Amino acid sequence: MELILSSLSMLAQWDVLAALVIGSVGGVIIGAIPGVGAAVAIAILLPATFSFEPIVGLTLLLGVYGSSMYGGAIPAVLINTPGTAVNALTTYDGYPMTKKGQGHRALSLAYSASFFGGMFSILCLIVLSPVLAMIAPHFGSREIFLAALMGIILVVVAHRGQVFAAGMLACFGIFLSTIGLEPAKYTKRFTFDQSWLTSGVDLIVVVLGLFAISQALLLLVDKEHHPGSAKVEGNLFSGLKELFAFKRVATVSSSFGVLMGMIPGVGEFTAQFLSYTYAQKTSKDPDLFGKGSPEGLIASEAANNAVPGAAMIPLLALGIPGEALTAMMLSVFYVHNVIPGPQLFHGQLDFVIALYLALILLNIIVLIFLLSSTGLLLKIIQIPTRFLGVMIMTLSFVGVFSLRNSVTDCAIAAGFGVFGLVLKRLNLPIVPIILGMVLGGIMEVKLRSAMARVNSPLDFIDRPIAAILFIAIILILVLHVRAVIREHKVRMEREEDSSETSTQQG
Amino acid sequence: MARIKTLQELFKRYRRPGDIVFATLFLAFSVFLLTQIPGETVWAKRTKWFAQPRLWPSVAIGGMVLFASLHFIGSLCSKRIPGRWREVGFWLQSFEFVAYFLIYVLLVPQIGYLPATLAFTLFLCVRIGEATPLNLGAAVVFSISVVVIFRAFLQVKVPAGHIYEALPDGIRAFALTYL
Repeated sequence: MELILSSLSMLAQWDVLAALVIGSVGGVIIGAIPGVGAAVAIAILLPATFSFEPIVGLTLLLGVYGSSMYGGAIPAVLINTPGTAVNALTTYDGYPMTKKGQGHRALSLAYSASFFGGMFSILCLIVLSPVLAMIAPHFGSREIFLAALMGIILVVVAHRGQVFAAGMLACFGIFLSTIGLEPAKYTKRFTFDQSWLTSGVDLIVVVLGLFAISQALLLLVDKEHHPGSAKVEGNLFSGLKELFAFKRVATVSSSFGVLMGMIPGVGEFTAQFLSYTYAQKTSKDPDLFGKGSPEGLIASEAANNAVPGAAMIPLLALGIPGEALTAMMLSVFYVHNVIPGPQLFHGQLDFVIALYLALILLNIIVLIFLLSSTGLLLKIIQIPTRFLGVMIMTLSFVGVFSLRNSVTDCAIAAGFGVFGLVLKRLNLPIVPIILGMVLGGIMEVKLRSAMARVNSPLDFIDRPIAAILFIAIILILVLHVRAVIREHKVRMEREEDSSETSTQQG
Repeated sequence: MARIKTLQELFKRYRRPGDIVFATLFLAFSVFLLTQIPGETVWAKRTKWFAQPRLWPSVAIGGMVLFASLHFIGSLCSKRIPGRWREVGFWLQSFEFVAYFLIYVLLVPQIGYLPATLAFTLFLCVRIGEATPLNLGAAVVFSISVVVIFRAFLQVKVPAGHIYEALPDGIRAFALTYL
């Protein structure tokens, strides 16, 4: 009780509450505009939050992170354009529902499912917190090293069909983290005798380049695209009631979201894929999926909204970010000298609980905002895309330049902007670079401190958690190879079938 | 022969136009970094392998070379979609906007954040062919809001413009702090 009171007092400051409202409302708007997304917004806001207290800065960023997917559902459902990448699956069933004249029902269900997913994940975290506080201190250097390694491996194998590209980009990220003066022996690495490389490549500069500037360039160079107009009428509250009829799908999907959010490197897409498949397999009407099934919509939205809360677990408890957005948030902690990890859960549990409470408030604010102002949002999303590019470019400047007023930083960020544009055009993943950069640094430090007390290779995994993580890594690799072989066999069989057909026809 | 075909099939993937250009460049970059390891990193004496400064760059670059090679082979084995050089042209077009961005960066400390931002957004509006009165008005409002929110309200570190020094006394202090 005392804990909750002290967390509440942390939240009950005007700047925290203001950050919460601005973050959540801003997040919805940003999410609703196709082509911006939470990553761009967080990258731009990041340097500005460094002057705030950690709780204020994190609340603002969490607000954007947690609410953008709510907003992203609006264009996904109404104009068949996902506001953020994770709303792509929502278009499958949301848009067909709109075409059938059930736009308001689809939106209302999407909001309700998102709300359910968000709240479910936070409740899971609150229940899990004491357990985490108990387990976290058992994570020593070698466990954190293994968890970071697992994160890298997972982010690579999670990119099905692009494993080689994800692998090379993750390694590129690790390489970037090694540039500059290393802190153990004070030797220079890959500085090519250039003074601007001695201090290394700043994560935020890379993030701003890869996410924000690249997006701005893409919008500026590409052809103009006016998002279509749409209107929605009817009572948006009805979805909350309707969701009860589908509580099984909503609960299972949120659970997938929580589980996948907790595992570093996996994230929303896997959670959505699993819950959508589950919903379809157990549905009474599986043929309706992809043609306007409310269950499909719920599966997609509940799963993606359960992830942000859960993604905070590895970040707070172990200091290991699971995806790009939490990797950015990690830098907020570092700037304020709050080192997330076992100590945080053990010594500053009120801070952690305050963050969870902020997440609950955020979901409520967002739901109220959405139910009352969807009409207004529909007007905002019609900003011409090239004008949006101008806006993102202008804001990116503040992000990079305010770090340390360096023109070099801006040039590096612009370079990464072009690199990000190429990756986006080729449909190659960006997240592995960021995770490689963050996790690479963690792995280097932790391996060095862990090996000091290790005599034989087996010593490394002789503690229970280390052993479990090691087995998990082996399992992930074995399962991945098995899945690749199986997919390959299926493809070969299909091709043989089709070649037989063609001979018959020929 | 059949085995080679199977191997080829195993590497097949979806290949966008320009894929092989990127795959080649990335592989060349990785191999270049590989050749630079001895000169750009140090192998410290009386230091265990896990604490060597050279360890992690080598692991990272080794991984880059390995995966970039596999990615390159994948590109060679996969079905090509035409439009390679048009795509590369698209990438190169972005440099024009990068140049504008860098000019903006250099202008800010000279003419001040607000004038530079106004000039940047208005110029880009004209350049992209969106110079309608509505958009130009929106660009002005947007620029002023950005400057007020970030420099005046959030107090982020953006230097004041040299040009502000020439302003009359009353406005100068205001401009130096808030604009």
